[in-house]
Amino acid sequence: MSDLRESIKSGIVTMMREAAFNVPRDVREALQRAYEIEDNPVAKANLEAILRNIEVSGKTKLPMCQDTGTPTFFIELGEDFPLKSELRSLIEDAVRTATTEIPLRPNAVDPWTYKNSGDNTGRYVPIIHLELVPGSEMKVIYLAKGGGSENTSKLYMLSPVLGLKGIKKAVIDAMVDAGPKPCPPIVVGVGVGGSADMALKLAKKATFRRLDEPNPDPKLAEIEQELLEKINSLGLGPMGLGGKTYALGVKIEWAHKHPASLPVGINTQCWAFRRSEAVFDSDGNMKLLVPP
Amino acid sequence: MAEYRLRTPVSEEDVRKLKVGDIVYLDGIIITGRDQVHRRALELAAKGEKDKIPVNLEGMALYHCGPIVKKVGDEWKIFGFGPTTSARMESVEADFIREFRVRLIIGKGGMFEKTTQGMKEYGAAYLAYPGGTSAVATSAVKRVVDVHWLDLGTPEAMWVVEVENFGPTMVAIDSHGNNLYTDVLSRAKKVAEEIKAKF
Ligand code: SF4
Repeated sequence: MSDLRESIKSGIVTMMREAAFNVPRDVREALQRAYEIEDNPVAKANLEAILRNIEVSGKTKLPMCQDTGTPTFFIELGEDFPLKSELRSLIEDAVRTATTEIPLRPNAVDPWTYKNSGDNTGRYVPIIHLELVPGSEMKVIYLAKGGGSENTSKLYMLSPVLGLKGIKKAVIDAMVDAGPKPCPPIVVGVGVGGSADMALKLAKKATFRRLDEPNPDPKLAEIEQELLEKINSLGLGPMGLGGKTYALGVKIEWAHKHPASLPVGINTQCWAFRRSEAVFDSDGNMKLLVPP
Repeated sequence: MAEYRLRTPVSEEDVRKLKVGDIVYLDGIIITGRDQVHRRALELAAKGEKDKIPVNLEGMALYHCGPIVKKVGDEWKIFGFGPTTSARMESVEADFIREFRVRLIIGKGGMFEKTTQGMKEYGAAYLAYPGGTSAVATSAVKRVVDVHWLDLGTPEAMWVVEVENFGPTMVAIDSHGNNLYTDVLSRAKKVAEEIKAKF
């Protein structure tokens, strides 16, 4: 049992380390494409700096960005996975270790006293979203979420009569409001329906779908594509200094909703998309899926 | 659009040449200053105690940055040197430029009307450093020359850092009243209205 704990813990630390100095391949490729199609010199210089930064970070193991993010986990836990209620304390342990070993900037601050816990853990931090699923495996998505791009997230509780038009307008409004703030190019997650909290959670979850993977629902895939084109036609460009690419992708997730509500959550994810995904088997062996 | 390589301190003449959209690489000394450095320096100036400011800021580049640092032996080493959000300094930056005659402000996310006016009046420019590109910025650091006001904490202290080929930075506000951020944003707002009308 203690071996199992050890290997899960070290697996989580590995996931955090992998994410600290790299971005997933689809993000890298999308940034590269954005660079190639760009003809605005300021935008090109921004994208070149970003691409060079990813390379330098990978080689030198200097942090990709000085904001090493809030540790966030989305977990699908198999009901037969041998470890359940201890998971939180185990992940907290892994976060503490990763914070000193990698090292990460301590980003967990008490909102009343502004005291920094110093190790990236605290009340409800790391942030863990847990879902029980059949099977004996555990699938983990880890995200180091930067403050700048989390700050431009939005929740719109629309009147249901506004329908799809209202949803699209909300997305455009959110982008104009975000401007240079979330360090664009960004990935835009849109969560529609559910409840206020659910819409925002779905929005964040939506950003995890690979950029080259369209929505499985063709109707929604079309909306994603339309929104992406419209957002980029605003001309905000990388870093909000003008250019062709403000968003690398728009990803939609949805849930059924109350007849009287139309919640729309929007999550903005900066280019420094530090994310890793892995599967743990019931012996605690980890297989890293992202970054490849 | 032009590309420049400037060595700090820079003259007013050099700064007046810069136009929005130009790309600038820097050599020499950069001084970090975020919220607390602004507050303390301006308080000292208000009390007529400018001589207590530990460095001469005239012609200097002030960088909105809270570096990640570690003391290795007797020396400070920098591990993170990316920009922080400049908007937080908007209310005080024009005063800071007037009092201390810094010529370059480096940061991310841009600044607004008051700073743009201040830059025009006193001859300064805002250089946008690509947000989040901390590894590239760190590798341009030659050494930490000095640090002052460490009592403010390491991110808030005033770091005097020697850099080589620090960039690319883009002139986003020049000394002629132009602001690339507000230009881009007001165009985007117009386009957004057109797009929304067609949904
Ligand atoms: S928004 Fe992202 S890239 Fe920008 S400073 Fe924050 S973490 Fe870094």
